[in-house]
Amino acid sequence: MNYFIKLLLIMFVASMSLTNANAETAEKKGLTIAKQVEKQDEGWQDTTASMKMILKNRQGEESSRLIRLKVLEVKGDGDKSLTIFDSPKDIKGTAFLSFSHAIVPDDQWLYLPALKRVKRIASSNKSGPFMGSQFSYEDLASFEVAKFKYKFLRDEKLGNINTFVVENYPQYKYSGYTRQVVWIDKQRYIPLKIEYYDRKNDLLKTLAFNDYKQYLNKYWRASEQMMVNHQNGKSTQLIWSNYQFQTGLSKRDFEKNSLKRAR
Amino acid sequence: MTRYKLSTATFFVISISLPLISFSGIAFSGWESSGSVSIEARIFPDSPAYAEQNDETISPSIVIEPEFVYEWNKNQDRITVTPFARWDADDDNRSHLDLREASWLHIADEWDLVVGISKVFWGVTESLHLVDIINQTDTVEDIDGEDKLGQPMVNLNLIRDWGTIGLFILPRFRERTFAAFNARLRGPVPIDVDNATYESSRRENNIDGALRWSHTLGDWDIGLGYFQGTSREPRFLLAVNNGQAVFVPRYDLIDQTSIDVQLTTDSTLWKLEAISRGGQGRRFTAAVAGLEYTFFGVLDSSADIGFLFEYLYDDRDMSMAPIVVTDDDVFLGARLTLNNSQATAFLAGAIIDRHSEETLFFMEAEHRLSDYWKFELQGRFFINIPDESFNAGFREDGFLNFRFSRYF
Repeated sequence: MNYFIKLLLIMFVASMSLTNANAETAEKKGLTIAKQVEKQDEGWQDTTASMKMILKNRQGEESSRLIRLKVLEVKGDGDKSLTIFDSPKDIKGTAFLSFSHAIVPDDQWLYLPALKRVKRIASSNKSGPFMGSQFSYEDLASFEVAKFKYKFLRDEKLGNINTFVVENYPQYKYSGYTRQVVWIDKQRYIPLKIEYYDRKNDLLKTLAFNDYKQYLNKYWRASEQMMVNHQNGKSTQLIWSNYQFQTGLSKRDFEKNSLKRAR
Repeated sequence: MTRYKLSTATFFVISISLPLISFSGIAFSGWESSGSVSIEARIFPDSPAYAEQNDETISPSIVIEPEFVYEWNKNQDRITVTPFARWDADDDNRSHLDLREASWLHIADEWDLVVGISKVFWGVTESLHLVDIINQTDTVEDIDGEDKLGQPMVNLNLIRDWGTIGLFILPRFRERTFAAFNARLRGPVPIDVDNATYESSRRENNIDGALRWSHTLGDWDIGLGYFQGTSREPRFLLAVNNGQAVFVPRYDLIDQTSIDVQLTTDSTLWKLEAISRGGQGRRFTAAVAGLEYTFFGVLDSSADIGFLFEYLYDDRDMSMAPIVVTDDDVFLGARLTLNNSQATAFLAGAIIDRHSEETLFFMEAEHRLSDYWKFELQGRFFINIPDESFNAGFREDGFLNFRFSRYF
């Protein structure tokens, strides 16, 4: 046999077995990366931030919402979050309390200031739109390793940043997605881009994380997030500001009966 | 308590000055102002049942509800002032002023305290709010029982791991509002709101009290309540005033124990409210129980459709206790939420008496027009009302209400 062909054959066989080896470890590698993403973001305790949400429709018409967030880190479970709406003005003072969980439905309460009424709401609806935006409730919930099964796909350069490309498979039965493809910065272990595939496995949305800033010399937070829906042509931009950490919030600030205090 | 009737002139001054005060918020440093001004038109398709009633098809009104908030001590202390004013072209009683809120809130980690005029909601069901007893209903605003008058109170809440305890001292009673003699939705016999009688010798100064425990246990939200004092719900005593037959409201002293429970599962909310009340004839029980089931993301859209079913029961002796129509009734309803950026939503439902088939049909729609404007539509219709029904006087008063609100 020609030496060159022999070499090619060896390379082919070797690459086949390598591929097999990869197939065995792609899930493990994906999981390892996910665990590292979670680990490097542990210990921030609590955070408060302001968010401006800019909704754009296919015709380019814009509307905006002003929202404040308070989040309490919960070890071993999803975080507790309190979302307070400042605009549009007709819902000013409305507050949304959520105890997020990995694979069971979140606990959610809505406070309606006009009636002073607190309503517990059905939460199997994680895939529903948040405030008429292109973000669903599950897109905004905290990242927990247990929420997905993983598969490492490839290494790739995104712009000039080296990334892992990992596929996430939601384990939550009411998820709106079959899978998500996530580009993770190899150095900082933070997501840079996510592609969301709908229940029919068609590309639905792309989320880009821009302008990351580091807080407490450890925690990275994107100052801007841009979600584009490829199926309806709409987009939603989140502009984050006024991030504060370890402000001394306690579980008492995240109780149904504390919602009337929310402002 | 005095009702504040509003002359057109007073109203004019208020309607001009309130927005001016609020828009010049910078002048009151530290005070934050917001609120709304609404214009409304009630459309009555039918002529009224009684000759004394205004026969206007279109009944306009204007509502102003600003809110002023001042916070200090790292937001641990807060003063909230929410005046309310409505001017109605055809109903002198519906033209009224109220202080919905004028309170000081102090927040500590394990407790908070409210002193002043405020509003509190208890309960879970949609068709009737049986358990909700702290505030008086502002009936002239709407007949759904959801508009409330401000209630003077001292309210201490203790927040513990085993639930929240709320203690209420309610030092001054507010009388229920009713439509004027010549207005729509006044019933067969006009209500003489100026001569209410009380069981308590202290009349509206009787000190009422309430206690509540509420807690969340997994998927269960549970509330237990106890109230002792003046019934928010009056009986009506027939009397003659200036040669005319009138109903005089009578406010009895009652005690009421209540429970409200909601079980939240994947797509279904299971709800129960029940009360046991003593003081108006023999002790009686009333309950509302039912469910709300939601189909999320129907037809591949982002819209949700929810179906509501509730059963309403009441075994009171209506010769001794306030008359209600919801003694053995079924509520059926549907809610459509588009989840779009305009927050468009529709709700329609009917409360149907199982025996007489007497029906209250209602519908509601809302749509955000911009960041500052909102449109709402409400419809209330009375169907199949027998002559002997307590609601017979409302038969011709079904209406549609169009409301445009400007928020600031």
